[in-house]
Amino acid sequence: MNETKTLHKLFWIWEFEKEERWLNEMAQEGWALKQAGFCTYTFERCEPGEYIIRMEMIDNSQSFQSFMEELGAEEVGKCVRWAYFRRKAELGEFNMFSDIDSRISHLNQIGKMLFLLCMANVVIGITSCTGAISSRLGWLNLLCAALVSYGIGRIHGMRDGLEKDRSLHE
Amino acid sequence: MENLPLTESTYYILLSLYQPRHGYGIMQETEALSGGRVRLAAGTLYGALNSLCEKGWIQLLPVESGSRKKEYQLTKTGLEVLKQELVRLEELAANGRAILKEELT
Repeated sequence: MNETKTLHKLFWIWEFEKEERWLNEMAQEGWALKQAGFCTYTFERCEPGEYIIRMEMIDNSQSFQSFMEELGAEEVGKCVRWAYFRRKAELGEFNMFSDIDSRISHLNQIGKMLFLLCMANVVIGITSCTGAISSRLGWLNLLCAALVSYGIGRIHGMRDGLEKDRSLHE
Repeated sequence: MENLPLTESTYYILLSLYQPRHGYGIMQETEALSGGRVRLAAGTLYGALNSLCEKGWIQLLPVESGSRKKEYQLTKTGLEVLKQELVRLEELAANGRAILKEELT
């Protein structure tokens, strides 16, 4: 039986690069991601550095998953629209993005998702606060909306940086 | 047809699909053609293949029985786009060589 361990850790959506870095540090230490859920990560023992972990926010998961399988990557987890993949390091370099355009469109997708989340919270928050729905928790939704707005700002910042590069480089 | 420059990824994907290839084959061919300089990453290639199919520059070949790997190939439109791009690239290179000729020797 393979040794496993489960850790709970919170990453905000806009911290996905930090999250991926952490998952790869775990793999370097001999813990390969086996399952991922909301703030929950399950690892199994592996050789240190045996796997490279990558994550991406995706639309059509089925066709992307089979494409990744063709490339020797295995989907180990999914959380809402984030998919987690791992691939043996011996197969060579494993990256999600190799040009600025695809990085920008990934950030746009994340931004769009956060925008919808923000709008939903604003609508629910306002209807609750104005008494259209009898709830005292409307302020919680407004707080969520504020937090998500901050996230949108972060994603925009990342995108602007890339777009500045894009005006000179491919 | 659009006259916008192609990105390096798009150019190499189209070029490698002059022969039918699957995803991994495209990555390998691109890396080989560019002497290891251009390495297409998984998500980038996936997104590019989808948009190139939508544009009709490449097409998905019928999947052979017993194989789950999807193969793609350049279409006639794709070939025209590539030829046009080649003219543009040659112009860039020729102008560079003409103006910098003394620097290059």
